[in-house]
Amino acid sequence: MAHATNELLASDIDEYLRQHEHKSMLRFITCGSVDDGKSTLIGRLLYDSKLVFEDHLAALESDSRKVGTQGGELDFALLVDGLAAEREQGITIDVAYRFFSTEQRKFIVADTPGHEQYTRNMVTGASTASVAVILIDARKGVLTQTRRHSYLVSLLGIRKVALAVNKLDLVDYSQDVVDQIEADYRAFASEIGLTDITCIPLSALKGDNITERSPNTPWYTGPTLIGYLETVEVDDDSRTGPFRMPVQWVNRPNLDFRGFSGTVVGGSVRPGDAVRVVPSGRESTVARIVTADGDLDEAVSGQAVTLTLADEVDVSRGDVLAAASAPPGVADQFECHLVWMNEDAMLPGRPYLLKIGTRTVTATVAQPKYKVNVNTLEHTATKTLELNEIGVSNISLDRPIPFDPYAENRDTGGFVLIDRFTNATVAAGLLHFALRRADNVHWQAVEVDKVARAAQNGQRPAVVWFTGLSGAGKSTIANIVEQKLHRSGHRTYLLDGDNVRHGLNRDLGFTEADRVENIRRVAEVARLMADAGLIVLASFISPFRSERQMARDLLEPGEFVEVFVDSGLDVAEQRDRKGLYAKARRGELVNFTGIDSPYEAPLHPEIHLDASGALSPEEAADEVVEHLRRAGILDAPEHPDR
Amino acid sequence: MSELTHLQRLEAESIHILREAVSEAERPVMLYSVGKDSSVMLHLAAKAFHPSVPPFPLLHVDTTWKFQAMYEFRDRKAAELGMDLLVHQNPEALARGINPFDHGSAMHTDVWKTEGLKQAIDKYGFDLAFGGARRDEEKSRAKERVFSIRSAQHRWDPKAQRPELWRLYNARTQPGESVRVFPLSNWTELDIWQYIHLEQIEIVPLYFSAPRPTVERDGTLIMVDDDRMPVQPDEVEHRSVRFRTLGCYPLTGAIESEASTLTEIIQEMLLTTSSERQGRVIDHDSSASMEKKKQEGYF
Repeated sequence: MAHATNELLASDIDEYLRQHEHKSMLRFITCGSVDDGKSTLIGRLLYDSKLVFEDHLAALESDSRKVGTQGGELDFALLVDGLAAEREQGITIDVAYRFFSTEQRKFIVADTPGHEQYTRNMVTGASTASVAVILIDARKGVLTQTRRHSYLVSLLGIRKVALAVNKLDLVDYSQDVVDQIEADYRAFASEIGLTDITCIPLSALKGDNITERSPNTPWYTGPTLIGYLETVEVDDDSRTGPFRMPVQWVNRPNLDFRGFSGTVVGGSVRPGDAVRVVPSGRESTVARIVTADGDLDEAVSGQAVTLTLADEVDVSRGDVLAAASAPPGVADQFECHLVWMNEDAMLPGRPYLLKIGTRTVTATVAQPKYKVNVNTLEHTATKTLELNEIGVSNISLDRPIPFDPYAENRDTGGFVLIDRFTNATVAAGLLHFALRRADNVHWQAVEVDKVARAAQNGQRPAVVWFTGLSGAGKSTIANIVEQKLHRSGHRTYLLDGDNVRHGLNRDLGFTEADRVENIRRVAEVARLMADAGLIVLASFISPFRSERQMARDLLEPGEFVEVFVDSGLDVAEQRDRKGLYAKARRGELVNFTGIDSPYEAPLHPEIHLDASGALSPEEAADEVVEHLRRAGILDAPEHPDR
Repeated sequence: MSELTHLQRLEAESIHILREAVSEAERPVMLYSVGKDSSVMLHLAAKAFHPSVPPFPLLHVDTTWKFQAMYEFRDRKAAELGMDLLVHQNPEALARGINPFDHGSAMHTDVWKTEGLKQAIDKYGFDLAFGGARRDEEKSRAKERVFSIRSAQHRWDPKAQRPELWRLYNARTQPGESVRVFPLSNWTELDIWQYIHLEQIEIVPLYFSAPRPTVERDGTLIMVDDDRMPVQPDEVEHRSVRFRTLGCYPLTGAIESEASTLTEIIQEMLLTTSSERQGRVIDHDSSASMEKKKQEGYF
């Protein structure tokens, strides 16, 4: 608290509260490494805004003596370096949020580390920030990491940058040094679209130009850092854009009230406004804007409200209520930027969950068009994205979603990808535009359909998917099942891993990415064959749950029969019919399932066969056929549509 | 179109978080500790789901050692809002008579609160629990996510946190896992007091100064709230005191104060310079202690 407020605080607490309850708020991000003095700067902001309490200060003094790097002087960095692990290592390992306020504003600072491996954290911090403070060590000038930080800031849509040239005390407060750095930076920044730049020379350690203009830089006429942050105008596009509200929750306390609760993320809305429900396209008008504090005349971007509509239209969680005159687009295929955030690399073709707004759908990412070298901004070819890599890919969804380009609205254009099995958030994405392809390739509607074809065959179409370790006995059992079905007059086809790899998939190897693609192709072939009315027997190690789930999702309910041929690793390795385990153990074969590549056992297979020797292959095959009979797959449908 | 104030923004963000959590969880619950932060969180929940009643129960992990005024306030608030109130007392702690005098604050807190919370979450099968923690309270909190995953063993892994971008929160869990959700993450102590003032939110009277029977223990003033507290004759003194934070009465330090109205409290808080958690005996061990406690399952 500054001193002027202290007087008001003591003399007129009511007036003080009136003023302070009506501050604005600014979220900003600081970019730079420990070496640039970032933690010191934030510690200084907290200290100078008098938000460091006496007991914290006592702890700071004792910590500074123990582990400080300032020779016993206050080490402000110790105020902000939180987790025990990072205090030992002397680096900040994650994104942290700090708070301080002045008389004008409350500030939320996203404090993120500058080390290369932590792109993830910086992107996270930048996603909610309106301003970036980019730190530069005056002795070093614009570095590779400065470029990297600036690119990420620009990618995430931050337009206002404070270029904080720090450690000015170590270059004798030289104007020439600062001018050179500013010129270098502006030249680079304009290439990536950053133009609103304010260069502030300062020393976080000594306190120059933080809250008060420093006598050491008489040549500098711009604002102090706090002065800049207090007054910078944040032109938030979402406030002026068209109305958007993703529906979070349908509010139904009784039969007489049906409201749609959500946060306005674009524009504003008033009772009487025409709104469209997207993606359904139904339209209505806003009847009331309901809040616990009474109905509102207007709700603006950032407010959490409940809307009621004049008509009974179908609205549920995940829909977007939007201005009828300027609705968002609706599409199921996009080009997007992806920032990969997980140790497990992206697997093109694998289905992930995509959350955008309040809607969650299934998404498949195509092989990236390129990845961006964040240091040089060069585009290079790649098959995948690893942790902290950024690339551009096409992405396709299992159903259409409402969207705006990210550049127009962060909330309706930004999404995350979630792994369907670990539930980890694995990537952040920015939607750019919808691909027209989806609109132009219409599924050919055919007269003779699957049911008709299957009826003629006297059976229902199905895909019987045998999964298990190499040597478990999948192909042996699948073969016997096919013979039995053939004898009873059913139309079948056996897709076998080894055979498919000789033809359709001979361009694929055994990396995780190739394995995913292998199964994707097989699953698509199996689907076409099921569409032809066949009973398809597919025998593939198919080690990942995600891909087996993908195959299942391609088919209609009941058509996919997962058979877990469960021998255990010991038995399979003992059998080792093709000598592959021995090779893998010797290290001559890499990515071998069960040895150095994981096998994810099915959680709920339709059939779980004990293939450790308890059942003969013949008995196992009988069990499968019996299951198919009980499931009605071996009988003709009774009432085909036509 | 006027700009939203910082309190309006914080309120909207909290409401967004509350609604998002309820929509994504199967069995949500709100941990209610009866303190001022809990009061603000409950007030925000009532706003978030208005005109519906918040669609989840309140859970109080009780230690039997809270102030009497807290129990009275708790029961009345739940009834006023029409919400279900679940009270869990660790049966093992009850049977063993765990108390802060004989067993020390660390064990008392661990058995009643940490173990009690785990038991209650398992017992009712909650997959999501709201808590009133703020990031400004303590350094390790500054890095905790708004939606924070706990393993089936209730452990927090600070290295495996999910990135949180924009307004997107990932609340998905595996069977046995649960999520702690902190709607007040971005509020500071001052924000909380300003909001209580602005919204006229009722808080437990213990926050206001009044003459209360107290004893001095290790330089801390402790209120004698019932006759379970061992005291020497003539030791108890009536002092004008209030509390900056509320917990188990034998573990909660009182401060001498004349501030008996909300504005006086805020004035006093702003003019003094010791941070809020200082009154909590639990934090005095070491600076990394809270991080360790949280990894072990403390809220």
